[in-house]
Amino acid sequence: MKVAVCINHVPDTETKIKVGADNVSIDRAGVNFMMSPYDEIAVEEGLRMRDKFKGEVIAISLGNEKHKETLRKALAMGVDKAVLLKEDGERDSFGVAAGLAEELRALAPDVILFGKQSIDHDDAQVGILVAEMLGLPSVGVAVKIEITDDTVVCHREIEGGHETVHTKLPAVFLAQKGLNEPRYPSLKGIMAAKSKPIEEKPAVATAARVETVALRKPAAKAAGRILGTDKTAVPELIRLLHDEAKII
Amino acid sequence: MKVLAFAEQRDGKFKRSSFESVRAAHDIAESLGAECVALVVGSGVAAGAGELGQYGAARVIAVDDAALASHANRAWAKAISTVAKKEGAGIVFLPASQMGKDLAPRVAVQLEAGLASDCIALKVENGDILASRPVFAGKAVADVRVKTAVKVFTLRPNVFPATTGGAAAPVETVAVAMEPADRVTVVQSVAVATGRPDVTEADIIVAGGRGMKGPEHFALLESLADVLGAAIGASRAVVDAGWRPHDEQVGQTGKTVSPTLYIACGISGAVQHLAGMSSSKYIVAINKDKDAPIFGLADYGIVGDVFEVVPALTEQLKKSK
Ligand SMILES: Cc1cc2nc3c(=O)[nH]c(=O)nc-3n(C[C@H](O)[C@H](O)[C@H](O)COP(=O)(O)OP(=O)(O)OC[C@H]3O[C@@H](n4cnc5c(N)ncnc54)[C@H](O)[C@@H]3O)c2cc1C
Ligand SMILES: Nc1ncnc2c1ncn2[C@@H]1O[C@H](COP(=O)(O)O)[C@@H](O)[C@H]1O
Repeated sequence: MKVAVCINHVPDTETKIKVGADNVSIDRAGVNFMMSPYDEIAVEEGLRMRDKFKGEVIAISLGNEKHKETLRKALAMGVDKAVLLKEDGERDSFGVAAGLAEELRALAPDVILFGKQSIDHDDAQVGILVAEMLGLPSVGVAVKIEITDDTVVCHREIEGGHETVHTKLPAVFLAQKGLNEPRYPSLKGIMAAKSKPIEEKPAVATAARVETVALRKPAAKAAGRILGTDKTAVPELIRLLHDEAKII
Repeated sequence: MKVLAFAEQRDGKFKRSSFESVRAAHDIAESLGAECVALVVGSGVAAGAGELGQYGAARVIAVDDAALASHANRAWAKAISTVAKKEGAGIVFLPASQMGKDLAPRVAVQLEAGLASDCIALKVENGDILASRPVFAGKAVADVRVKTAVKVFTLRPNVFPATTGGAAAPVETVAVAMEPADRVTVVQSVAVATGRPDVTEADIIVAGGRGMKGPEHFALLESLADVLGAAIGASRAVVDAGWRPHDEQVGQTGKTVSPTLYIACGISGAVQHLAGMSSSKYIVAINKDKDAPIFGLADYGIVGDVFEVVPALTEQLKKSK
């Protein structure tokens, strides 16, 4: 089985976001980057599929030189190969998807894994865009993927429950929390990853479809009120929820 | 020009987020001098679809086909884009629900359109739409413009109003031919827990963190949630500890929620948690540490013990009913 996993390199969740001088992107100075959390789950799922069905797992990231850190982490977790589709500028999700789709078309994997969303632009688009561009079936927000020959039964999260979805390989899956617990790279894995090569090639050019006109901080909230230090504050809380917030 | 709004239904019942997107489509259509058309897809859905007129649809189109009874994402996306093309729609709205997020990228590719997802505000400027969407888990907001001729937007649930006021609209049925490949992914069954609403759809959320001390004490939050008709939310700390299921996790690696009221009990307010709930309209924090970061965001705070304050709140709410 050939499995491809698409992974993104994003600011650490602790990062304080500052708007850059161009007013459309973030100030990258002092920002730590990491593998997007849902993509870690996707990598883990890919490794488990390879171990079960034999074959290989290939990690792909589209971005600048820095994305190699995240590819290196995927190698340390145990993927067999890593590919960097080079792009030094910013791309919209459509551009990212078009670049990935071009590479994936040539690779023709049986399974393509994505995270359900990257935690930078929170777009939740790229995986399904790629599926549609390649004419492949997809299952979004998957919390269980069971493959028997070329038939797949998945559980996919929906509001207040889940759907049981059937599909066929080759297919695209978007990993959601709960699918698995991603492993930590072992020391041996980290050492081995250092010597594994990362294949580099330019990402195919595409025109952006969505343009960021401005990036700004959300409106600051006015300071709240401390109503008290024990249950004697409860009547005042109920009064405020009733009179001010008008919720109850 | 036409503005098309996809309205999601399950078992013939529309979601509130569908009413919100029809209303938003109506408002945008009005400022552009365009017509607002609502679209429903499924089996047996035409009959009740006229209701969407109340939210501002001038007409409703139903792709009503027994073969579309189960949600097959490729087939449904094809239904939406076929109708959009036939109507010559320049703008397509979908709710940013799990179903909307599953369909919108496919619809966008089929319409050669750009997609702005999870929008929280829309503004018409010089005949074009400026959409605002939270990025970096709500730590920033991006104002974006879709540059293609046809534009697709998904709208975050619970943010846009679902104002009524229109009359029932006429419903036309449109047939869309499907091929076997369109049904390669199908939903075989749906399991929805009854009782409590889901965190992403709830108007009120009662959320608990490590300060609840153990899974058994969430019964206190469930009693409070019962009085309020609220959903239960959780911090990652308690989900990782196995006290609560994954689907209740709120935060950067959990659900993003925008309820009217969020009550945080024994939650410190780590940035990753705030990321998921900072757009709540009113936030109440109950925490015994006066320096907990959650108080920085809370409208109303009680610096106290959850084991004392929560039961008192539940009791007094019951009495005031
Ligand atoms: C990559 C990454 C992603 C993450 N994603 C998420 C996410 O999506 N969601 C999320 O929630 N977290 C997330 N986290 C974890 C986050 O950093 C925090 O660890 C977590 O939110 C803490 O949960 P908590 O507030 O329940 O626990 P704690 O931080 O331990 O806080 C417990 C609070 O309870 C209070 N308390 C204790 N006893 C009582 C009492 N009797 N009465 C009243 N108050 C009491 C304490 O004062 C304290 O403030 C993420 C972390 C990382 C690194
Ligand atoms: N630059 C990228 N390189 C590789 N994969 C990506 C990239 N951006 C996004 N992805 C994948 O697409 C998923 C959804 O991303 P998004 O649509 O940006 O939220 C992520 O979880 C990744 O699996």
